[in-house]
Amino acid sequence: MTDLPLSTRTITPRGHLGTRVRDIFRYRELLVNLVRKDLKVRYKSSVLGFLWSLLNPAMLLVVYYFVFSVLLGSGIPRFPIYLLSGLLVWNLFNVGLLSATNSVVGNAGIVNKVWFPREVLPLSAIGAALVHFFLQSIVMVLALLAFRHPVEWRFLPLLPIALIALLLFCAALSLFTAAANVYLRDMQHFVEIALLPWFFCSPIVYSYDLIASKLGRFSWLYLLNPVTPVVLVFQRAIYGDYSSVVHSFPYWWYARNVAIVLVASLGLVALSLGVFRRLEGNFTEEL
Amino acid sequence: MAAAVEIENVSKVFKIYREKYTSVKERAIHFGRVPHEEFRALDDVSLRIEAGTTMGLLGHNGSGKSTLLKCVAGILQPTNGTVRTVGRLAALLELGAGFQPDLTGRENVYLNASILGLKKGFVDRVFDEIVAFAELERFIDTPVKHYSSGMYIRLGFATAVHVDPEILLVDEVLAVGDESFQRKCLDKVRTFQAEGRTIVVVTHAADLVRQMCDRAAALDHGRLVIEGDPNDVIREFRERLMSGVTSAAEVGLDVARSELSPLWGKVKIDEVEIRYPEADRHNVRPGEPLSFDVHLSAEEPVSDVVIGIAVYGPMGQYIYGTNSSLKGADLGTVSGRKRVRFELGNVPLLDGTYGLTVGAHTIGGLVYDHWEQKRRFEVAAGGRDEGLVALPIEVVVGEGD
Repeated sequence: MTDLPLSTRTITPRGHLGTRVRDIFRYRELLVNLVRKDLKVRYKSSVLGFLWSLLNPAMLLVVYYFVFSVLLGSGIPRFPIYLLSGLLVWNLFNVGLLSATNSVVGNAGIVNKVWFPREVLPLSAIGAALVHFFLQSIVMVLALLAFRHPVEWRFLPLLPIALIALLLFCAALSLFTAAANVYLRDMQHFVEIALLPWFFCSPIVYSYDLIASKLGRFSWLYLLNPVTPVVLVFQRAIYGDYSSVVHSFPYWWYARNVAIVLVASLGLVALSLGVFRRLEGNFTEEL
Repeated sequence: MAAAVEIENVSKVFKIYREKYTSVKERAIHFGRVPHEEFRALDDVSLRIEAGTTMGLLGHNGSGKSTLLKCVAGILQPTNGTVRTVGRLAALLELGAGFQPDLTGRENVYLNASILGLKKGFVDRVFDEIVAFAELERFIDTPVKHYSSGMYIRLGFATAVHVDPEILLVDEVLAVGDESFQRKCLDKVRTFQAEGRTIVVVTHAADLVRQMCDRAAALDHGRLVIEGDPNDVIREFRERLMSGVTSAAEVGLDVARSELSPLWGKVKIDEVEIRYPEADRHNVRPGEPLSFDVHLSAEEPVSDVVIGIAVYGPMGQYIYGTNSSLKGADLGTVSGRKRVRFELGNVPLLDGTYGLTVGAHTIGGLVYDHWEQKRRFEVAAGGRDEGLVALPIEVVVGEGD
């Protein structure tokens, strides 16, 4: 029967990277099922169900709009559109990383009893965050329609590439934090804390130009944050050059930055798969 | 014949932490060094399991048998050595592992099957069979948190065995559920055997191994001590088990290497007779009397003779042991034939077949002869009590405070 996996398996203290990637691919259906389970369990017996995942960013939007636009005066016209285009990206990264970090520890019951490629757990957590991302995109579309805001069609093809780059980066980080969290439960608290300044190190509630003008020729430092180029692409494509306050660089600039994140993330994924593989051996003993 | 499982020089070392430092602060305080001792759960174990055989892995608690099974299942990585498995593998380590309480039985079957590595199309085909086997037709769309523990286990077993594994790893889970479901599980395992699948059972129930397995291996303190015909392995296992248990040693059943005793054969056990209360009824009911007659013979007069007995439960549990000297009986000099009777005024046991081991030895523990569960006796309990021992429970109902 060809639809059944695992014909021959060798269990040694170390496995090959290639075999691991193949194993993960074989278990892609489990990945999908775990994402589905995650979403089902989260909204089981709640009246509003999936609406909650829309209300969360909607609330953030209201709060940030009030604080940064009304109270502090960000000077960015149509601030909700600007904010939402960056916030979408951030929420994906934030929720994905947080839930993935806890995914192996949280599923100790399965990890201790059944063999399957454990990498599937953090990856499925990111998958669930991705589903939320698409749901929240609906809010984005509604906001665009409400403001009759034009998007920059030219930049739209960059969005999926930026999204993939972000997912890869998030996966690389999550594989590491999820495995480390098994040994040191501090990891999940650390990630929570680290994400706070990280949010403000990304140009979401303020404009990139604000930082760039302060840093001058050191603004590449700011771009080292892999989330930034992705956020910038989303803002450029969705918010566009509606206002001169907000960055408007040539096409290649955005494409180049995202390409760097993409390639770097691929390398990081390979690295963290290796780390995960090393740490995975003692999962059962530590859980 | 091809090997389905090849275990080569597998060792597994666990670190035992006296205290577990899992936070950075604690690790920093201890400079990253966590005080620990090493525990060698498996020590250079090599074992080849041919395709199509049923292998019983025997060992008492802490012998490393479950660790070995987990290494074969891939849940634990061996510290050294290699495990090679050829064929699809399913492990029944804990039934219903990974069931999500909030999801329905149907959703859980699909999720569980995909954890075991199956595709949806395959599960679609066997889904009805799974539900029928688990006898859960009416409840399959109910969240499993509303299931009874029996329903939970049934669904877990049904899912696991319908995965169509070529190698099935079983860890003492067959001892769960009600009797009719247990029989169903055993039937399923028999079907698997008939279909030529490889089964590895881990247990300390020697009877189960004798009934089901065509090969057996025994583990002791992480080492593989014997592998071969189940009967040989069980004998070796029992002897080692008893040598490790102090109470058994105290009553003189320390018969490890009994055949090597210098006094072996000086006194012979000719027959052990189970005397049921009624001659034509080959069982005893709880509360009825029962006695065992041990017939001895010695060619030359022997004065230092103690007879020890041990009773084992249906699953091989050691229930009771004593000897004639502890009971204050002096056998005097054995010359020619002698009969020693062990009388039980009333049998405090419940339903099942019990094994009786009899040994003849000196007060110092040197063995003359030893009958390892050659005789068994049947207890037929009429009541609905469960378990092994008929505890004299009375129920008293009073007014609350």
